[in-house]
Amino acid sequence: MVTNVTNLSRSGLYDWMAQRVSAVMLAAYFIFLIGYLVTHPGMDYAQWHELFSHKGMRIFSLLAFVALGAHAWVGMWTIATDYLTQMALGKSATTVRFLFQAVCGVVMFAYFVWGVQILWGI
Amino acid sequence: MKKAVKSQRPVNLDLRTIKLPVTAYTSILHRISGVILFVGISIMLYALDKSLGSEEGFVAVKACLTSPLAKLVTWALLSALLYHLVAGVRHLIMDAGIGETLEGGKLGSKIVIAVSVVIIVLAGVWIW
Repeated sequence: MVTNVTNLSRSGLYDWMAQRVSAVMLAAYFIFLIGYLVTHPGMDYAQWHELFSHKGMRIFSLLAFVALGAHAWVGMWTIATDYLTQMALGKSATTVRFLFQAVCGVVMFAYFVWGVQILWGI
Repeated sequence: MKKAVKSQRPVNLDLRTIKLPVTAYTSILHRISGVILFVGISIMLYALDKSLGSEEGFVAVKACLTSPLAKLVTWALLSALLYHLVAGVRHLIMDAGIGETLEGGKLGSKIVIAVSVVIIVLAGVWIW
Protein backbone atom coordinates (compact mmCIF):
# COMPACT_ATOMS: atom_id res chain seq x y z
CA MET A 1 0.00 0.00 0.00
CA VAL A 2 1.90 3.01 -1.24
CA THR A 3 0.81 6.19 0.54
CA ASN A 4 3.86 8.43 0.45
CA VAL A 5 3.43 9.09 -3.27
CA THR A 6 0.55 11.45 -2.36
CA ASN A 7 2.18 13.29 0.52
CA LEU A 8 3.30 16.87 0.03
CA SER A 9 6.99 16.40 -0.62
CA ARG A 10 7.62 12.64 -0.77
CA SER A 11 9.59 13.14 2.42
CA GLY A 12 7.99 12.62 5.82
CA LEU A 13 10.52 14.90 7.47
CA TYR A 14 9.90 17.73 5.02
CA ASP A 15 6.11 17.32 5.43
CA TRP A 16 6.58 17.44 9.20
CA MET A 17 8.54 20.69 8.84
CA ALA A 18 6.06 22.22 6.37
CA GLN A 19 3.21 21.41 8.76
CA ARG A 20 5.01 23.17 11.64
CA VAL A 21 6.10 26.24 9.68
CA SER A 22 2.63 26.71 8.14
CA ALA A 23 1.09 26.16 11.59
CA VAL A 24 3.13 28.99 13.09
CA MET A 25 2.16 31.33 10.21
CA LEU A 26 -1.52 30.45 10.57
CA ALA A 27 -1.37 30.88 14.34
CA ALA A 28 0.19 34.33 13.93
CA TYR A 29 -2.43 35.31 11.34
CA PHE A 30 -5.47 34.18 13.31
CA ILE A 31 -4.18 35.57 16.62
CA PHE A 32 -3.65 38.92 14.88
CA LEU A 33 -7.08 38.84 13.23
CA ILE A 34 -8.94 37.81 16.39
CA GLY A 35 -6.93 40.36 18.39
CA TYR A 36 -7.85 43.07 15.91
CA LEU A 37 -11.54 42.19 16.05
CA VAL A 38 -11.57 42.04 19.86
CA THR A 39 -9.82 45.41 20.18
CA HIS A 40 -12.01 47.12 17.56
CA PRO A 41 -15.62 46.67 18.67
CA GLY A 42 -18.27 48.42 16.58
CA MET A 43 -15.96 48.56 13.56
CA ASP A 44 -17.34 50.13 10.36
CA TYR A 45 -16.80 49.21 6.72
CA ALA A 46 -14.18 51.89 6.08
CA GLN A 47 -11.96 50.56 8.87
CA TRP A 48 -12.38 46.92 7.78
CA HIS A 49 -11.70 47.84 4.15
CA GLU A 50 -8.65 49.87 5.09
CA LEU A 51 -7.18 46.97 7.07
CA PHE A 52 -7.30 44.61 4.09
CA SER A 53 -6.23 47.30 1.62
CA HIS A 54 -2.93 47.67 3.44
CA LYS A 55 -0.08 46.07 1.50
CA GLY A 56 1.35 44.43 4.61
CA MET A 57 -2.00 42.87 5.43
CA ARG A 58 -2.34 41.57 1.86
CA ILE A 59 1.07 39.93 2.03
CA PHE A 60 0.25 38.52 5.47
CA SER A 61 -3.10 37.21 4.16
CA LEU A 62 -1.59 35.69 1.02
CA LEU A 63 1.07 34.02 3.15
CA ALA A 64 -1.69 32.62 5.35
CA PHE A 65 -3.53 31.25 2.28
CA VAL A 66 -0.37 29.50 1.05
CA ALA A 67 0.24 28.15 4.56
CA LEU A 68 -3.37 26.98 4.73
CA GLY A 69 -3.01 25.00 1.52
CA ALA A 70 0.14 23.22 2.70
CA HIS A 71 -1.14 22.71 6.25
CA ALA A 72 -4.50 21.32 5.16
CA TRP A 73 -2.88 19.04 2.58
CA VAL A 74 -0.53 17.46 5.14
CA GLY A 75 -3.35 17.21 7.71
CA MET A 76 -5.92 15.69 5.36
CA TRP A 77 -3.27 13.36 3.94
CA THR A 78 -2.49 12.14 7.47
CA ILE A 79 -6.16 11.53 8.17
CA ALA A 80 -6.80 9.84 4.81
CA THR A 81 -3.83 7.48 5.12
CA ASP A 82 -4.74 6.65 8.74
CA TYR A 83 -8.46 5.95 8.32
CA LEU A 84 -9.15 5.23 4.66
CA THR A 85 -7.13 2.04 4.82
CA GLN A 86 -7.46 -1.49 3.54
CA MET A 87 -8.30 -2.56 7.09
CA ALA A 88 -11.29 -0.20 7.13
CA LEU A 89 -12.44 -0.31 3.52
CA GLY A 90 -11.03 -3.45 1.95
CA LYS A 91 -9.90 -3.56 -1.65
CA SER A 92 -11.42 -0.23 -2.69
CA ALA A 93 -9.32 1.68 -0.11
CA THR A 94 -6.76 3.03 -2.57
CA THR A 95 -9.46 4.29 -4.95
CA VAL A 96 -11.50 5.87 -2.16
CA ARG A 97 -8.41 7.51 -0.67
CA PHE A 98 -7.27 8.79 -4.04
CA LEU A 99 -10.69 10.34 -4.73
CA PHE A 100 -10.83 11.82 -1.23
CA GLN A 101 -7.41 13.41 -1.69
CA ALA A 102 -8.36 14.65 -5.14
CA VAL A 103 -11.42 16.39 -3.68
CA CYS A 104 -9.27 17.88 -0.89
CA GLY A 105 -6.79 19.15 -3.46
CA VAL A 106 -9.47 20.78 -5.60
CA VAL A 107 -11.11 22.38 -2.54
CA MET A 108 -7.78 23.78 -1.33
CA PHE A 109 -6.95 25.16 -4.74
CA ALA A 110 -10.43 26.75 -4.93
CA TYR A 111 -9.94 28.30 -1.45
CA PHE A 112 -6.62 29.74 -2.57
CA VAL A 113 -7.98 31.26 -5.79
CA TRP A 114 -11.03 32.59 -3.92
CA GLY A 115 -8.76 34.11 -1.28
CA VAL A 116 -6.59 35.83 -3.89
CA GLN A 117 -9.71 37.11 -5.62
CA ILE A 118 -11.02 38.58 -2.34
CA LEU A 119 -7.70 40.26 -1.55
CA TRP A 120 -7.15 41.78 -4.97
CA GLY A 121 -10.78 42.47 -5.76
CA ILE A 122 -11.08 45.19 -3.14
CA MET B 1 -3.47 -9.56 5.19
CA LYS B 2 -0.78 -10.91 2.86
CA LYS B 3 2.34 -12.42 4.35
CA ALA B 4 4.95 -9.73 4.80
CA VAL B 5 8.66 -10.13 4.21
CA LYS B 6 9.18 -11.15 7.84
CA SER B 7 6.38 -12.97 9.61
CA GLN B 8 7.14 -11.29 13.00
CA ARG B 9 6.68 -7.79 11.63
CA PRO B 10 4.30 -5.73 13.81
CA VAL B 11 0.72 -5.45 12.62
CA ASN B 12 -1.14 -2.10 12.75
CA LEU B 13 -3.30 -1.88 15.85
CA ASP B 14 -7.00 -1.54 15.18
CA LEU B 15 -7.93 1.75 16.88
CA ARG B 16 -11.60 0.79 17.02
CA THR B 17 -10.97 -2.01 19.51
CA ILE B 18 -8.84 -0.06 21.99
CA LYS B 19 -10.02 1.90 25.05
CA LEU B 20 -8.70 5.41 24.65
CA PRO B 21 -6.57 7.30 27.21
CA VAL B 22 -6.86 11.09 27.67
CA THR B 23 -4.01 11.71 25.23
CA ALA B 24 -5.96 9.89 22.51
CA TYR B 25 -9.00 12.11 23.06
CA THR B 26 -7.00 15.31 22.71
CA SER B 27 -5.36 13.82 19.61
CA ILE B 28 -8.60 12.82 17.89
CA LEU B 29 -10.16 16.18 18.83
CA HIS B 30 -7.19 17.87 17.14
CA ARG B 31 -7.99 15.94 13.97
CA ILE B 32 -11.75 16.50 14.16
CA SER B 33 -11.27 20.23 14.76
CA GLY B 34 -8.90 20.29 11.78
CA VAL B 35 -11.51 18.73 9.49
CA ILE B 36 -14.18 21.13 10.81
CA LEU B 37 -11.86 24.05 10.02
CA PHE B 38 -11.10 22.68 6.56
CA VAL B 39 -14.83 22.73 5.78
CA GLY B 40 -15.49 25.87 7.85
CA ILE B 41 -12.93 27.95 5.94
CA SER B 42 -15.56 28.17 3.19
CA ILE B 43 -17.91 30.00 5.58
CA MET B 44 -15.10 32.30 6.75
CA LEU B 45 -14.09 33.10 3.16
CA TYR B 46 -17.71 33.75 2.24
CA ALA B 47 -18.08 36.19 5.13
CA LEU B 48 -14.75 37.86 4.27
CA ASP B 49 -15.71 38.14 0.60
CA LYS B 50 -19.10 39.64 1.34
CA SER B 51 -17.92 41.99 4.10
CA LEU B 52 -15.07 43.40 1.98
CA GLY B 53 -16.98 43.49 -1.30
CA SER B 54 -19.22 46.45 -0.51
CA GLU B 55 -20.60 48.53 2.32
CA GLU B 56 -23.98 46.82 1.93
CA GLY B 57 -22.27 43.44 2.18
CA PHE B 58 -20.47 44.52 5.35
CA VAL B 59 -23.73 45.69 6.92
CA ALA B 60 -25.44 42.44 5.83
CA VAL B 61 -22.73 40.26 7.40
CA LYS B 62 -22.83 42.33 10.59
CA ALA B 63 -26.63 42.05 10.73
CA CYS B 64 -26.45 38.30 10.08
CA LEU B 65 -24.02 37.87 12.98
CA THR B 66 -26.69 39.09 15.41
CA SER B 67 -28.88 36.03 14.77
CA PRO B 68 -28.60 33.19 17.33
CA LEU B 69 -27.86 30.58 14.64
CA ALA B 70 -25.02 32.63 13.12
CA LYS B 71 -23.63 33.21 16.62
CA LEU B 72 -23.72 29.47 17.27
CA VAL B 73 -21.93 28.70 13.98
CA THR B 74 -19.34 31.42 14.71
CA TRP B 75 -18.78 30.05 18.19
CA ALA B 76 -18.45 26.49 16.87
CA LEU B 77 -15.90 27.53 14.25
CA LEU B 78 -14.02 29.69 16.73
CA SER B 79 -13.99 26.80 19.22
CA ALA B 80 -12.54 24.45 16.60
CA LEU B 81 -9.93 27.08 15.73
CA LEU B 82 -8.97 27.78 19.35
CA TYR B 83 -8.77 24.09 20.28
CA HIS B 84 -6.73 23.31 17.16
CA LEU B 85 -4.43 26.23 18.01
CA VAL B 86 -3.90 25.19 21.65
CA ALA B 87 -3.34 21.53 20.76
CA GLY B 88 -0.99 22.65 17.98
CA VAL B 89 1.08 24.77 20.36
CA ARG B 90 1.38 21.69 22.58
CA HIS B 91 2.75 19.76 19.60
CA LEU B 92 5.40 22.44 19.06
CA ILE B 93 6.31 22.33 22.75
CA MET B 94 6.62 18.54 22.54
CA ASP B 95 8.75 18.93 19.39
CA ALA B 96 11.13 20.91 21.59
CA GLY B 97 11.43 17.83 23.80
CA ILE B 98 9.18 18.99 26.64
CA GLY B 99 6.49 16.68 28.01
CA GLU B 100 7.34 13.67 25.88
CA THR B 101 7.11 11.09 28.66
CA LEU B 102 3.91 9.16 29.35
CA GLU B 103 3.18 11.27 32.43
CA GLY B 104 4.17 14.46 30.61
CA GLY B 105 1.89 13.55 27.73
CA LYS B 106 -1.07 12.97 30.02
CA LEU B 107 -0.44 16.24 31.87
CA GLY B 108 -0.05 18.09 28.57
CA SER B 109 -3.37 16.71 27.35
CA LYS B 110 -5.11 17.83 30.54
CA ILE B 111 -3.57 21.31 30.22
CA VAL B 112 -4.76 21.49 26.58
CA ILE B 113 -8.32 20.62 27.66
CA ALA B 114 -8.28 23.09 30.57
CA VAL B 115 -6.85 26.00 28.54
CA SER B 116 -9.19 25.30 25.61
CA VAL B 117 -12.29 25.20 27.80
CA VAL B 118 -11.37 28.55 29.36
CA ILE B 119 -10.74 30.38 26.07
CA ILE B 120 -13.72 28.74 24.34
CA VAL B 121 -15.97 30.00 27.16
CA LEU B 122 -14.34 33.45 26.84
CA ALA B 123 -14.98 33.35 23.08
CA GLY B 124 -18.64 32.55 23.81
CA VAL B 125 -18.84 35.52 26.17
CA TRP B 126 -17.28 37.73 23.48
CA ILE B 127 -19.76 36.59 20.82
CA TRP B 128 -22.90 36.96 22.98
